[in-house]
Amino acid sequence: MSTVINLDQSIVFLGQFPALTGVTMSIDQGEIVLIKGPNGAGKSTLLHLCAGLLPMRSGTGTVLNFDLQRQRMELRPHIGLLGHRTGLYPDLTVKENMKFWASAYGSNDNEIDKAMAFFGLSGRLESVRSQNLSEGQRRRTAFALLLIKRPSIWLLDEPYAGLDDNGRELVNSCILQAVEAGTTVLIASHQINNIGKSDQRTLQVKGGRITIEPEEPSKGDDHVS
Amino acid sequence: MFRDAWLVTKKDLLIEIRSRIVINQIAPYTLLILVLFGFALDADTETLRDTGPGLFWVSTLLVAILAIQRSVDIETSDSAIDRLMLSGISPTSIYIGKTIGLYIQLIILEVMLFIVMVVLFDMSVESYPLIIASAILTTLAISSSGTLYGVIASGLGVRETLLPVLFLPVLAPAIIGATRAFGDAFGRVSSDGWAWLGLLSVIAIVYTLVGMLTYGNILEDT
Repeated sequence: MSTVINLDQSIVFLGQFPALTGVTMSIDQGEIVLIKGPNGAGKSTLLHLCAGLLPMRSGTGTVLNFDLQRQRMELRPHIGLLGHRTGLYPDLTVKENMKFWASAYGSNDNEIDKAMAFFGLSGRLESVRSQNLSEGQRRRTAFALLLIKRPSIWLLDEPYAGLDDNGRELVNSCILQAVEAGTTVLIASHQINNIGKSDQRTLQVKGGRITIEPEEPSKGDDHVS
Repeated sequence: MFRDAWLVTKKDLLIEIRSRIVINQIAPYTLLILVLFGFALDADTETLRDTGPGLFWVSTLLVAILAIQRSVDIETSDSAIDRLMLSGISPTSIYIGKTIGLYIQLIILEVMLFIVMVVLFDMSVESYPLIIASAILTTLAISSSGTLYGVIASGLGVRETLLPVLFLPVLAPAIIGATRAFGDAFGRVSSDGWAWLGLLSVIAIVYTLVGMLTYGNILEDT
């Protein structure tokens, strides 16, 4: 498997605050990596760095062979990021949001219909404005947008927030299918220890750096479903 | 580039059609400003006619600030701007798209404001071409600089209070030119209004080019 994310002593500042203080990690294509750590440890910052949305103050890093110092713009179209906020337009309906982003991504109507059907957004929910959706429904819509973008790397920040059991199963199923197809998935979450794939890895982030990288897969841990 | 820009414009206009913030909230505010100016300057229609062109553009600037803040809110309220930056749409296309969206909304507000002013202040127009040309250029200057300064103020985290402080001084030369051109078009001043269009053209073009060149860098820093 080829390495898709490679960081070496990466330091990132948020304003004057050093949010990442020297992260070194390497992630291969098709891996599922859980990123764990206390609040404020730097998990979200790490995901935003890998998305090319934050500049590195020092260190080196490549994502999909794009240099994080010089090629962040070129990297971004290949990344799917689901942050704490969903990035939907509150005044547009679910279908209008899907159509706008599909046009931006170059996806077609068939892909929209399939993604919406997968996440149970077809029918009545299509014409509901996203500001009137529940938190879980907004999450599902954001995941449907990930599907139609077809990114090479998924960066998921607390992806299960607001989802019910059925929603979590859908998300897990979606993640596993994507990984089967060669997508790399990084998940920052307090809520899971295992996503149902035996060869997943867990990274521990604390104080802005990776503190533990277990060699053994985390078998037998809690499995969210 | 222009396909993506038009995509952003269509999205902003669709959001306005759905939310009706500009029509239901900003437009009445615009008209209220004009009526209040009427009260403040007394019902002396001669004074109102003399000051009408200036009042028109001051009112337009005040409502432009609201429209700009709304345009920025659309992208920042649920972090849609991150998704836009990851979408592959270039910052220049985002800038052009948002500028055109703001431009169309401001033109609609200006038409409403113009009609109310002409009726309320009992003004007569001597040159419609001059009115239209100066409005087109001044609105381009307002929307191009507004889109840029909106994202600057947003990045500094104090958008509501800082935007007018940054934005209004930049627009001062354009407002002077537009007021002179309108004054001539209404027959209220002796200056050559068409000569002021040269200044307005330069301002509109420079502000648009500066916006296109710098928007991406500013977006990265916010």
